[in-house]
Amino acid sequence: MMAFLRLLARNRLALAGGIVMAAVVLLALVTPLLPLADPDVTDTANRFKPTFSEGALLGTDHLGRDLLSRLLWGTRLSLAVGFAAAITAATIGAAIGIVAGYFGGRIDNVIMRGVDMLMAFPYILLALAIVAALGPGLMNALIAVAAVNVPFFARNIRGITVGIAHKEFVDAARLSGLSDLRIITTEILPNVVPVIVIAMSTTIGWMILETAGLSFLGLGSQPPQADLGSMLGEARSALITNPHTSVVPGVMILVIVMAINLLGDGVRDALDPRLKSGALSRPRAATTVKRDGPVPAATGAGLLEVQDLRTEFHVKGRSYRAVGGVTLNVKPGECLGIIGESGSGKSVTALSVMGLVASPPGVITGGAVRYDGEDLIGAPYARLREMRGRNVAYIFQDPLATLHPLTRVGDQLIEAIRVHRPIGAKEGRAKAIDLLDAVRIPNAARRIDDYPHEMSGGMRQRVGIAMALANDPDIIIADEPTTALDVTVQAQILALLDDLRRSRGLAIVFITHDFGVVAQLCDRVAVMYAGRIVEEGPTAAILDTPTHPYTARLMACVPELGAGKRRLEAIPGLPPVVDRLPVGCAFADRCDRTQPDCRAGEIDLARHGARAVRCLHPVTPLREAAE
Amino acid sequence: MTAALTLTDLSKTFPVGRTLFGRSTASVKAVHPITLTVERNETLGIVGESGCGKSTLARMLVGLLEPTTGTIEIEGAALDNADPAVFGKRIQYVFQDPISSLNPRKTIRQIMEAPLKRLHGLGRAQRAERISEIFASVNLREEFLDRYPHEFSGGQAQRIGIARALAANARILILDEPVSALDVSVQAQVLNLLADLKAEFDLTYLFISHDLAVVEAVSDRIAVLYFGSMVELGPAEEVFRAPRHPYTKLLADSAPVVGRALKAPEGRETELPDPLNPPPGCAFAARCPRASERCRAEIPGLTEGAGGSAAACFHPLA
Repeated sequence: MMAFLRLLARNRLALAGGIVMAAVVLLALVTPLLPLADPDVTDTANRFKPTFSEGALLGTDHLGRDLLSRLLWGTRLSLAVGFAAAITAATIGAAIGIVAGYFGGRIDNVIMRGVDMLMAFPYILLALAIVAALGPGLMNALIAVAAVNVPFFARNIRGITVGIAHKEFVDAARLSGLSDLRIITTEILPNVVPVIVIAMSTTIGWMILETAGLSFLGLGSQPPQADLGSMLGEARSALITNPHTSVVPGVMILVIVMAINLLGDGVRDALDPRLKSGALSRPRAATTVKRDGPVPAATGAGLLEVQDLRTEFHVKGRSYRAVGGVTLNVKPGECLGIIGESGSGKSVTALSVMGLVASPPGVITGGAVRYDGEDLIGAPYARLREMRGRNVAYIFQDPLATLHPLTRVGDQLIEAIRVHRPIGAKEGRAKAIDLLDAVRIPNAARRIDDYPHEMSGGMRQRVGIAMALANDPDIIIADEPTTALDVTVQAQILALLDDLRRSRGLAIVFITHDFGVVAQLCDRVAVMYAGRIVEEGPTAAILDTPTHPYTARLMACVPELGAGKRRLEAIPGLPPVVDRLPVGCAFADRCDRTQPDCRAGEIDLARHGARAVRCLHPVTPLREAAE
Repeated sequence: MTAALTLTDLSKTFPVGRTLFGRSTASVKAVHPITLTVERNETLGIVGESGCGKSTLARMLVGLLEPTTGTIEIEGAALDNADPAVFGKRIQYVFQDPISSLNPRKTIRQIMEAPLKRLHGLGRAQRAERISEIFASVNLREEFLDRYPHEFSGGQAQRIGIARALAANARILILDEPVSALDVSVQAQVLNLLADLKAEFDLTYLFISHDLAVVEAVSDRIAVLYFGSMVELGPAEEVFRAPRHPYTKLLADSAPVVGRALKAPEGRETELPDPLNPPPGCAFAARCPRASERCRAEIPGLTEGAGGSAAACFHPLA
């Protein structure tokens, strides 16, 4: 709650709206206690007294009634009716929406078609019709305004409920023996309430206006009772001669609706989950770079060289060291595997190469990434953009999320080519078919006109690879490209990537958590833990004689096909949180070889030949393992 | 001794494409009739690729979906009404995504109390006692009870999911990809915990996964599903070592294994058959190197071979 208020207060306009609204509500609440004239007593002798006259601060109306008193009593009434209408509409609308969304099927159909029918009428006509049927009066105006707004809530809430009703926790609740009613009240409702509040905060201003509109037409509050709408209606005839009688209630309506809308927008933003972590922000086109140390010089090792790369996330005054000094290189035609668990920094390392880490909150704080000797970190955005896709291309885990759902795959391929060089429609199509052929999509000439949803997961990932190949890059960074795929499809995709790198001399950086995949595809492998490389070397050698205890134990955790039923080795505990990394080895707390010196200070990556390890007490001594 | 779970001709057909009056224009057979017996204290692994019907089968077993045909018998008693509250006491479900299977707006205590209160009607003191027993057996600290789901890591949340299933006091657990959302080091912790709980509470598991190595490591028997049908069923140590159905062999050859050279096990590029327009014979025939005319015309039934495995194939490998 406090966090919500703090977020709300950060939005200046919402804060101002909130303060004004609070003042108006307070004034309306204390109106009966104020020493005001009776709002309904007529005194025709003193009609149309101007503002700031003796005894009537805001003047009097056409019957000589005190305008200040009528304004405050009228505001009180208008607010009460507006809030009551909003609460009624929200309650009924939400109930309808939840029932329709939860039960679905025929119930949903019948209810929602009814709601659609209500929505087919222009709302003011519908409100007029309801009031005409029920007869004029404030209560009936309230009913009309609420009824007119029910469909808005019902549709909104139904949409949210459909999403929640298919969540696993609802199934779990059913299996725990909860009845439908209980599931609705204890599982669904608490998750829907924020949406109801958001919908209410943005519509309550409208409802006050609509009530005022009905009163203005003489269908709401009846004389002599004052509300803001009826005050305006009565003042209409004297608009030219005595404008203050219209201006006074008009200004009040303006103030109330403005304040409510500003506050409502603020409430909506503050409840929006995307804002939980801070202000709503669009990530920059390239990751922010704030290097404090010297930039390492080029060594010429490999086509892509990552040198002492450091990437951090700055969130709410905390810094999470996602990548803490990673050095890697990959040569043309080589496949380098990066293996690690979630949170080990493997994906952030890969995204940092082309400045694709979302900023804010990501910041590259040190090191260099060199493509053929040229430092990419801190390169101007235009240069990065030129190189993205053309020199270094990415393949991501979920092809459905990376392909545009409304564009044919062929057009997306052609677009990817066009970003880098002008190409005619015909030539582009031919090239796109070639690419689809290259990734072995059967019937490429026909499938080029498919939409992504018409393809299977494996086919989509082939399109993802075709997109990466579109501009003949030298380096492909593949971030868990087969994790979402079935095993038979995975085998095909891996074979395809292997062929491509051999036939085209591609350098591949392959990020995965699967030792089997690394063993089959990669020449060299780097094992990451808590943002650092803990072991690196030729794949076969590492799988054969791992030296870092983490590598050895991680391999033991993974069941291997053909080994039969057995108990698995587990690593106790969890990886450390990267904003509170321990001094020394990050694995020390989970390791069974820990000695006091492991926690004493920085441990360097020791190299011997092709092997490297960051450990003081390796499972096999590095020299022995390297030989 | 009666079997823990007996399925007879269990199948599920989904209607698709409705006309204006709600009549369906076509149907998809998600699960073809399956007959299966699971013994007490057994772990039956169920493997198959996406779309093979394993989740539909699992949801029928716990009463979240009503079967189109067939019966489910648990410990000799038939359960013919799809009422999760009745099923819940005898058979429980552990979900794939540990975080989304916990209501974000309830504390762990509220989540844990639901089955104790609704299924067993226990009083407050009994509930508290039972929860601390269960938490002790899944290695969770009781101070977690007053926290909300988002405060937990995937591994911890999955333990909570398992604890909730145990709270219902069911003897059969359906484990639907229980470790595939977890990191490998945590995966092993959870698998070992499941093995311990099975021994401690005399449980029967149906372990659904797409990871062949994991299934092999935990199962006594393995059923292989393809396109809604069971194509092979056999002892865990035999199924992938000496597969009888060509599809099982394809699966086994596709799994990445350390020390095996990389090659695409399938030469031709193939996709799953169209569920709206299923082939008349064996669903695997289009991908199968051993397919004959008979395979394309007739659906093979499950027949037992020498090694104790049964395969639905006219031309089995062994």
